[in-house]
Amino acid sequence: MQSTSATTSSDALSRHLEALGARRRRALVVYITAGHPSPDATIALMRALEQAGADVIEVGVPFSDPMADGPVIQASSQRGLDHGVSFDRALDLIATAAVSVPIVLFSYLNPVLAAGEDALRRAAAAGVHGILITDLPVGSDRVRERWLGTGPLAFVRLVAPTTPTERMREIAAHGSGFVYLISRLGVTGAREDVASELPDVIARLRTATALPVCVGFGISTPEQAQIVGRMADGIVVGSAIVRAAGTSIDAAAELTRTLRDALDSA
Amino acid sequence: MNWTEAELDERFGPFGGRYVPETLIPALDALTVAYAEAVADAAFCEELESLARHYVGRPSALTFAPRFSERIGASVWLKREDLNHTGAHKINNALGQALLAVRMGKRRIIAETGAGQHGVATATVCARFGLECVVYMGEEDMRRQALNVYRMRLMGATVVPVTTGTRTLKDATTEAIRDWVTNVEGSHYIIGSVVGPAPYPRMVRDFQSVVGAEARAQLLAATNRLPTTVVACVGGGSNAMGIFAGFVDDSGVELVGVEAAGEGLETGNHSASLSMGTPGVLHGALSYLLQDANGQVHPAHSISAGLDYPGVGPEHAYLKDIGRARYEAVTDREALDGFALLARMEGIVPALETAHAVAWIDRERSRWSSHDLVLLCVSGRGDKDVAQVSDLGAVST
Repeated sequence: MQSTSATTSSDALSRHLEALGARRRRALVVYITAGHPSPDATIALMRALEQAGADVIEVGVPFSDPMADGPVIQASSQRGLDHGVSFDRALDLIATAAVSVPIVLFSYLNPVLAAGEDALRRAAAAGVHGILITDLPVGSDRVRERWLGTGPLAFVRLVAPTTPTERMREIAAHGSGFVYLISRLGVTGAREDVASELPDVIARLRTATALPVCVGFGISTPEQAQIVGRMADGIVVGSAIVRAAGTSIDAAAELTRTLRDALDSA
Repeated sequence: MNWTEAELDERFGPFGGRYVPETLIPALDALTVAYAEAVADAAFCEELESLARHYVGRPSALTFAPRFSERIGASVWLKREDLNHTGAHKINNALGQALLAVRMGKRRIIAETGAGQHGVATATVCARFGLECVVYMGEEDMRRQALNVYRMRLMGATVVPVTTGTRTLKDATTEAIRDWVTNVEGSHYIIGSVVGPAPYPRMVRDFQSVVGAEARAQLLAATNRLPTTVVACVGGGSNAMGIFAGFVDDSGVELVGVEAAGEGLETGNHSASLSMGTPGVLHGALSYLLQDANGQVHPAHSISAGLDYPGVGPEHAYLKDIGRARYEAVTDREALDGFALLARMEGIVPALETAHAVAWIDRERSRWSSHDLVLLCVSGRGDKDVAQVSDLGAVST
């Protein structure tokens, strides 16, 4: 099968991550849900998280039926929807925040399809660098994968612990920016430990791709950040940041600083 | 659009597919292979047939409905899935998938349920095979269908209340998928309808196709004719796909699916995804979907918990688009009248889901003529609905 996307280094997102790698800095990718706890807070959060040391910010476009998400992100998505946050409203918030770190949209296929053929171009114009769709695995829909893979955004693909090595190659070949490795079975949400099979999965993934590897799902503490930071190019922290953001912007920034320090001493 | 062969296998025209988290892809691949091997294995087919006969009570009867026929001016025949063990067609699929789970070495079963009929069917087969059973059910549906909750628990199932979203079938399905993503290695997810990612829509249809195959043979034996029209209710659409499967190649046979118009199509409070929805992706498949302009799923409404779902099986979407089947909608009020009608005229209390199909046949009285032969799938019995209808005081007794 022909690659539907650019190879390593040809997109701004992977270049950014590779530049961090060259400085031996592990990427801290933080996730927030657009509109949680409010649209105004989302703008302030993006700026505060950048200041606190985030290298990439994932912005969730809320979906009514987030089947890959645990309770914290589910609730934040509902909050975003209650505030009327659609795909384009999320782009407005991103454009207004105007942060300098790369932004990756994180969503489900249906709200992205509903945003229309022109959606990816509008996102790029708003300052988005990449997009990640949780329910569009490689090979599931060649037409829509091509749309995402040949558009103006890096198309970040997910690899799961259950993914065979051969399929990891196919996923990496059809993605760009970085590979998002799901650290464990299950939905998003903070856990206490690090999955025991993670080192093996990362080792298999390294044989399959030269793209930067960021690990997410279940990472919430500085201890986990350190352990995973020693194995991967970056970590993704979602539910813990979202929960902190529900308390205050300062709490989310403080958690980000703590994770930054932990990663830098990994 | 140009689809590859593998994609075509997962689709019905443009509909269907496998829009799921990556974690589930190996499990869907394994299920696809295991299912193909099972149906090619004579021993598997024999065991399924034997259990269908001796445990479920198949073949289900085909019953002539003399007084309903006289009322509408055409011959009405009822395919009696209400007479199955557990009281609905759902057991056909639950039994097939449980046998498949055992064959795959999966000892933990996950299911979602709306009206509770699929949950009961799944709890039943799990008890029969000694499998662990976890059923997700919306809190609102648990209230509406307390009897079925008790039945599931009686048979050893764990019923987990779902309190997110609309607290109905949609949210129960989302929660069941979350469980499967988390416990995929030892668990099999028995989806209850012809929905979800491939291979489910095709596999569930195949397990339900016994309904159509039997009905066709029975009707030919009884009347030496094929039906003019086959009518079935459609929520996710499994009883309809099951009976349609027997007639889809008989081009002269009209296929009619009846959706829930709820409080009326014009009110927006309904579950008529084929009549009123637009193509979208929910629970792993591309199909018609009730959604807003931003791609957010619109809550469905129906008096019947089993039809209260904003999506529909992808094969129905395909049959609609190619014009092979037509889809109509019936309101809550009309369905209640259909419920009472079949009870009074034939001594058969249908499920509220089935009552929608009864009501459509009755509403269309002017279209029927004496040589018409109408085959109605009585998808389930109405015992589960009696308390709810009685509380509503909606039917005079």
